[in-house]
Amino acid sequence: MIFSHLLIDPFINHDFMRRALVSCLAIALSGAPLGVFLTLRRMALAGDALSHAILPGVAVAFFCCGLSTLAMALGGIIAGCIVALISAALTRYTSLKEDASFTGIFLISLALGVMIVSLHGNSDELVHMLFGDALKITEISFKLIVGISTFSLLLLAAIYRSLVMECFDAGYLHISGGRGALIHSLFLILVVLSLVSAFQALGTLMALGIILLPAIAARFWTHTIDTMIALSMLGSFAASLAGLLFSYHLGVPSAAAIVLCAGALYLISVLFGTHDSVLAHFLPRRHFAS
Amino acid sequence: MSVAITLDNVTLSYARHPAVHHVSGIFTRGSLTAITGPNGAGKSTLLKAIAGLLPLDEGRITFEGADRTAIAYLPQIAQFERDFPLSVMHLVVTGFWQKAGGFSAITPKMKERAKEALAAVGLTGLEDRTLTQLSAGQFQRALFARIIVQDAPLILLDEPFTSIDNDTTTHLLAVIRDWHRQGRTVISVLHEMDRIRRHFPSCLLLARECIAWDSPQTALAPEQLEAARFFHAPESGEGEICTQAV
Repeated sequence: MIFSHLLIDPFINHDFMRRALVSCLAIALSGAPLGVFLTLRRMALAGDALSHAILPGVAVAFFCCGLSTLAMALGGIIAGCIVALISAALTRYTSLKEDASFTGIFLISLALGVMIVSLHGNSDELVHMLFGDALKITEISFKLIVGISTFSLLLLAAIYRSLVMECFDAGYLHISGGRGALIHSLFLILVVLSLVSAFQALGTLMALGIILLPAIAARFWTHTIDTMIALSMLGSFAASLAGLLFSYHLGVPSAAAIVLCAGALYLISVLFGTHDSVLAHFLPRRHFAS
Repeated sequence: MSVAITLDNVTLSYARHPAVHHVSGIFTRGSLTAITGPNGAGKSTLLKAIAGLLPLDEGRITFEGADRTAIAYLPQIAQFERDFPLSVMHLVVTGFWQKAGGFSAITPKMKERAKEALAAVGLTGLEDRTLTQLSAGQFQRALFARIIVQDAPLILLDEPFTSIDNDTTTHLLAVIRDWHRQGRTVISVLHEMDRIRRHFPSCLLLARECIAWDSPQTALAPEQLEAARFFHAPESGEGEICTQAV
């Protein structure tokens, strides 16, 4: 009884909890696979830059149109795509290493976003944009999240094989007539889309957490990419579920609770995962049966 | 099945530094050629240009009997992330990209051929292993299996035996001889002079420019190696390989 009271009743009794749950499921399914590819491409930091880059776009939309969900999402998507382009150009045409240019971009974006929001709104609105609130997802945000996630999953499925090839052996894809640059651009657009969708629930500062942490955690449990993606989806959803319940029962901020749950998953994986974890390092190496 | 490649005054730069100057010559149909020379001589750069991965500064590379899509190119093993989460089977069937592309199914027949290729490189039974579980030698064998599956008339290999154990090297040299026997054109960047003399009918000695392009006996004659040695690579300073051979 206590079990159902704690874990199931909140979702039966409250509309907003169900909405939060389905939103998080959508974000987990579409975002977590992208997180896996971000880690495989060693682009975790780029993901960070992109997530911050969304803020100025959202802020400009807020400045012009007020708290319109659609305008803010569109602003975020545009800003994210622009920054993806700029960073690609910066690494290509300057001697700056990727991490330095991305760090530069995300610091500027964050400051710029905070400045623009402050010019027009109050600190509550700023806090909402930075940290979100999964328990207060509006009807229209909900539809946006589910819509973006569906589109994003379909597009990912369409480019999946090419994307894996592009990550593993870009030269081979190029020689074989694959369109590596196109695939890379589509991938960046997917990341921006899923960050904008996660932003609705978790704010710009936390959005990446639910995409990236479960993906990093999954690397400690398997060495095949499909299992890795499945595990990261599962982990992302489990962390969301746990985070929502913590937030509901203890009255703590939902985005922080969700990301902390994902963080716990990450730490457990680093320490006790079956592949390359701290524990695996100290245990004798398993003999591979052939 | 075979291809001839003509280099016409090929000049290349790598990261905006000049790397290969005015190289002209022909890789004839079905030839088996080793490209060798000191470090920084432009061997890999030239191979990349033939594969179409680097733009030419000057000159032309023309293919007779096939176009660029008929190339199987093996980069240096260091270029791969050997902990990438794929299985050996996954890796080998990527060789069917030309046929299957980004969407089409990998047919049972393709899988059968991939298994045969794995058998040919001595990796039978390791289909389901992940790449992390492979040694460097096994990883290189798997990449050779992919080339077998690609069934390309032109095969380019960049230092295929660097950091590879002896058994694997012997095995893979036999695979290369098979390719040669089947009439494919094979070009390989190699360091070991003895291996070139023993297994390669033709040799291009490169030191930024073409020093010699002939049978290994002629191309690797002491005076040619001496000429290559006087080239000073900006990074390495000396042509250690040539010193070794002399």
